[in-house]
Amino acid sequence: MASLVPLKEKKLMEVKLGELPSWILMQNFIPSGTVGAFQRGYDRYYNKYINVRKGSISGINMVLAAYVVFSYCISYKELKHEWQRKYH
Amino acid sequence: MNENLFASFVTPTMMGLPIVILIIMLPPMLLTSSKRLISNRFHSFQQWLIKLIIKQMMLIHSPKGRTWSLMLVSLIMFIGSTNLLGLLPHTFTPTTQLSTNLCMAIPLWAGAVILGFRHKLKASLAHFLPQGTPISLIPMLIIIETISLFIQPMALAVRLTANITAGHLLIHLIGGATLVLTSISPPTATITFIILALLTILEFAVALIQAYVFTLLVSLYLHDNT
Repeated sequence: MASLVPLKEKKLMEVKLGELPSWILMQNFIPSGTVGAFQRGYDRYYNKYINVRKGSISGINMVLAAYVVFSYCISYKELKHEWQRKYH
Repeated sequence: MNENLFASFVTPTMMGLPIVILIIMLPPMLLTSSKRLISNRFHSFQQWLIKLIIKQMMLIHSPKGRTWSLMLVSLIMFIGSTNLLGLLPHTFTPTTQLSTNLCMAIPLWAGAVILGFRHKLKASLAHFLPQGTPISLIPMLIIIETISLFIQPMALAVRLTANITAGHLLIHLIGGATLVLTSISPPTATITFIILALLTILEFAVALIQAYVFTLLVSLYLHDNT
C-alpha cells in the first residue's frame, strides 16, 4: 500500500493502526525528543479543551476517564478472579 | 474474598516496572500553572481555592513561619487531590501506603522541631513542662511529654493511612455485599445501596478532611516552634 506522505513525517492522529508499530520505532528516542513529544501532546490537549474561554467540565473528565480505564487495565489480572460466575 | 480485598492496595507494577511513579505524578499534572493574569476557568478555580487555603492557614503564623506557606499549600493540594482521585473506581491511592505518609510526615515534623530547637531553644524545651504542674509530678510529666513529641510523626502518618485505607475497604465490602444481595433479597440490597451512597459521600468528605488535618497539624507544630 503506497502512502503519499512518508511514514516518518506523519503525525500520530494520521497514522493508520496497522502502521503504528513501525511509526513508533521510527521516532527518535533521545530523552529530549520523548519529553518534547509528551510536552507537545500535553499542550495540544490543554489548549483544545481546557484553555478556552468557556471550558466545560468535560475537559478534565476525559482525563479522569482515561485514568480509570488505565487503572482497570493494570488491575485486570486481579479482577479476573472476581467475576460473577457459578464455579470459581 | 480475603485475598481480593487487599489486592487493590498492592503497588501497581507493569511487567516489573513500578507504574506507581506515574500514578503519583498524575495529581501534579492536573494542577495547572499559567503565565497570564486572568486565565481559563480551570486555572482560575484553582487560584481561588489556593488563595482561600493560604488565607485560612497562614494567618496565625509569624513572618518566619510564613516562609513555609509554599510547602504547606503544596502538601494540602497533594494529599487532597490524591485522596479524591483514589475515590475513582479501580485506581490506586498512594496515601494508603504507610511509606508515602511516613515520607511526608517525618521530614516535616523533624524540620519544625529542629527549627524550634535552633532558634528558640528555651521555649522549645519549655514545651516539655506545662505550666502549673505540681513539683512531684515533674519527672514523669517530662517523660510523657517527650514520648508525645516523638509520637507526633508516627501519629500523622498512621492517621492518614488508616483513615483512607479503612474508607476504601468499607466501600469494597459494602459494595460487594450489595452486589451479592441483589439476587438474594432486593429490599436488603436497596438498604445496603443507600448505606453505600452515604458512605461515598462520607469518603469524599474524609478525603478532604484528612488533607486538612495533616496540614493543620504540621502548621501547628510549626507555630509552636517559630
